[in-house]
Amino acid sequence: MPARLPARRLVRALACLALTALAATACGKDGSPPVKGPSAEDLPKYEIAQGFQLADSTTWTKAKRRGRLVVGVKEDQPYLGEKDPASGSYSGFDIEIAKMMSASLGFDPKTIQYKTIASANRETALQNGQIDYYVGTYTINDNRKKLVGFAGPYYQAGQSLLVRKDEDEIKGPDDLAGKKVCSAAGATPYQRIEADYPKADLVAYDTYSICVDNLLTYQVDAVTTDDAILQGYAAKVPDELKLVGKPFSEEPYGIGVPRKDNALRFALDDALARHEKNGDWKKAYDVTLGLSGVPAPKPPPIDRYPAS
Amino acid sequence: MNVLTDNFSTYGKGFLGTVELTVYASLLALVLGFVMASFRVAPVGSFRVFGTVWVTVLRNTPLTLLFFAVLLGLPRFGLVLPFKVFAILALGCYTSAFICEALRSGINTVPKGQGEAARSLGMSFGQTLNNVVLPQAFRSVIPPVGSNLIALAKNSAIAGAFSVTELLGTYKTLNELGYSIIWTFVWIALGYLIITLTISAVFNFMEKRWGVAR
Amino acid sequence: MTATTHEESSALYDIPGPAARKRHFAYGALSTLLILGLAAWILYLLFDTEQFTATKWTPFEYEGIQELLLTGLGNTLKAFAMAAVLSLVLGTLLAVGRLSDHKPVRWLATLIVEFFRAMPVLVMIFFIFVALKVQPLPALVAGLTLYNGSVLAEVFRSGINAVERGQREAAFALGMRKTQVMTHVLVPQAVRAMLPAIISQLVVALKDTSLGYLITYEEFLHAGKLIASNLDYDLPFIPVVLVISPIYIGMCMLLSWFATWVSKRQRRSPKTEAVDVAPAEPGTLLPGPQ
Repeated sequence: MPARLPARRLVRALACLALTALAATACGKDGSPPVKGPSAEDLPKYEIAQGFQLADSTTWTKAKRRGRLVVGVKEDQPYLGEKDPASGSYSGFDIEIAKMMSASLGFDPKTIQYKTIASANRETALQNGQIDYYVGTYTINDNRKKLVGFAGPYYQAGQSLLVRKDEDEIKGPDDLAGKKVCSAAGATPYQRIEADYPKADLVAYDTYSICVDNLLTYQVDAVTTDDAILQGYAAKVPDELKLVGKPFSEEPYGIGVPRKDNALRFALDDALARHEKNGDWKKAYDVTLGLSGVPAPKPPPIDRYPAS
Repeated sequence: MNVLTDNFSTYGKGFLGTVELTVYASLLALVLGFVMASFRVAPVGSFRVFGTVWVTVLRNTPLTLLFFAVLLGLPRFGLVLPFKVFAILALGCYTSAFICEALRSGINTVPKGQGEAARSLGMSFGQTLNNVVLPQAFRSVIPPVGSNLIALAKNSAIAGAFSVTELLGTYKTLNELGYSIIWTFVWIALGYLIITLTISAVFNFMEKRWGVAR
Repeated sequence: MTATTHEESSALYDIPGPAARKRHFAYGALSTLLILGLAAWILYLLFDTEQFTATKWTPFEYEGIQELLLTGLGNTLKAFAMAAVLSLVLGTLLAVGRLSDHKPVRWLATLIVEFFRAMPVLVMIFFIFVALKVQPLPALVAGLTLYNGSVLAEVFRSGINAVERGQREAAFALGMRKTQVMTHVLVPQAVRAMLPAIISQLVVALKDTSLGYLITYEEFLHAGKLIASNLDYDLPFIPVVLVISPIYIGMCMLLSWFATWVSKRQRRSPKTEAVDVAPAEPGTLLPGPQ
């Protein structure tokens, strides 16, 4: 079949193009592109507890033997838990909390091994010991308490709305009638809008970053989820996005720990209380979420529920 | 078991979402596929090149990448459309490349002599096409077009992973509500089986009725 | 199917005469202009929406980003290699099951093959990932293996059945046992003839590795998304697509092209004369009796 020749030529041409693209990536500038936010030197330093012992905690003893902690986090939430695509390093308020806890448990925060865990897998990761604890916009609720333990809460979030800067019609959840509102598919904020504000035109995507992308390209009019997450986005592009209205739910964020490990949970509760008192908590907030312009709130009271 | 009875409306919505997506995307794929197939057998060179590029590129693009590109790329040109339309566009264009190939090979199965004979009888182009070539081609393309449409129905699950009103997407809601995840998936699987087996049955019937008897 | 059709007649068109040739040339010129115009318009849109500004492209200059993309590509290829090998193994096992002399074995193998071919591969991947709580890479590989293995089982079975009946009968008449007939006579011929179909199915597996993106497996598309959705880089979405899609498409095309090349060689080879294999079907075969 000589007639097929041009198709083959096309194939070859495109293959060459792909190879050139590959070859072109083999050379480049050192390091990573500049990012917004505080540089590493501006971040607060936490005092590492010397000679700290927690023999009752299996998680802690295992980590001590390993020589470092493994912490589950998120990778796509600006100023909470965000992974720099280029350097692979993590930053944000949740990461600062993880570092504080690590310092109090006697591990140098620099040695923490971060692991991105998808929301759907948080419980499993804690149950089968893939991670020592989890810090990533993890709302404490009774259903989850059956599966994992929660230290904290370390932050009080609430569902809110993110809109474009030039938006002046939406001032709160009551103005959502007929507006396109985006949230993560199936998640609690989505179901709340569906139940309480049925007139809103709901759009769902698997991640909030697609929602924010859609907000910026005028596909949707608002994005709704916990205000902490929204603040992070607003802080990245303050000229284009803003938060509106008062939070209309309560989402206490906790540190997820293996359910059986009460010793670790109480140790983290104590550590949290100490860092809130000595100002570390506020410093951590100011260099991360605080960049959105929202002043540091008072940390919520720690719920030191008894071992069960 | 009560996963289904408690959430019948959620499942129903998801099921209908998948059906709707499949039907519209199938129509788009059939129309586009037909257009591209006629381009690929046209006597004009640039049409053929266009058809070939369309087919080669789309057949070798991962559907997830295409979804990603359509879903987040087109809005960058100021296009504002609901997600469902984007999903139909992505699915329809992707499948059209496969349909095009099925139709083209169907036309190629018609022996050259048939067309020559028709023309020598004085038939016009339209007559040759309608009375000689297409009826024969149609018969031999039923099974491949059928399997492509089944593949489309199955691929619509990718749309569900991006957004919610689709069968696979229902698992997110039910998972958050704390239902047994295994049973949730059993019912989702059953939903897909119903859809794919229905398409299969329709095409088996068509095949029996009009299938190749040459 | 291109250049030379001008000179030959086909079922649809006669050999064009001088007038028709002129007409075709005019159509050709007109449509080329139209296509070029379309391309120019798209290019204009790209420039107009500022997709070629420096901020959107600079991330690619840094080694960190390039490493991220290369790691992603490596992970894609890793998942593909694992899924390809395992699908071939599973396909062989299931095909053996379907060709078995024992009814229950045959019945079970048929059930498995038909079920997994009728199920969307993504539903399987999500089931393994979400319900069985498996890590992303094994979940992706397992899902791809179940689906592609089942399709390959059908390919193998039809390949074996396509070997001329006389060959099998002659082998049995020589007193060979069933295993011997299979390994010495049928399989060597069938495998050569099936190679194009097998490679085409592997293209499907390669394309489907991108589904890993949906279950947070850090493959190529995931790396691209991480860059594209970064607000610090001004959401360089179009640049990311322009960089990663040629690589994806190129890889798949190379593999598809290899399949066509093999099938052309096969057609000339005397070793596969006795086998008449249908061309590889894209996507799924039609389940149910045919």
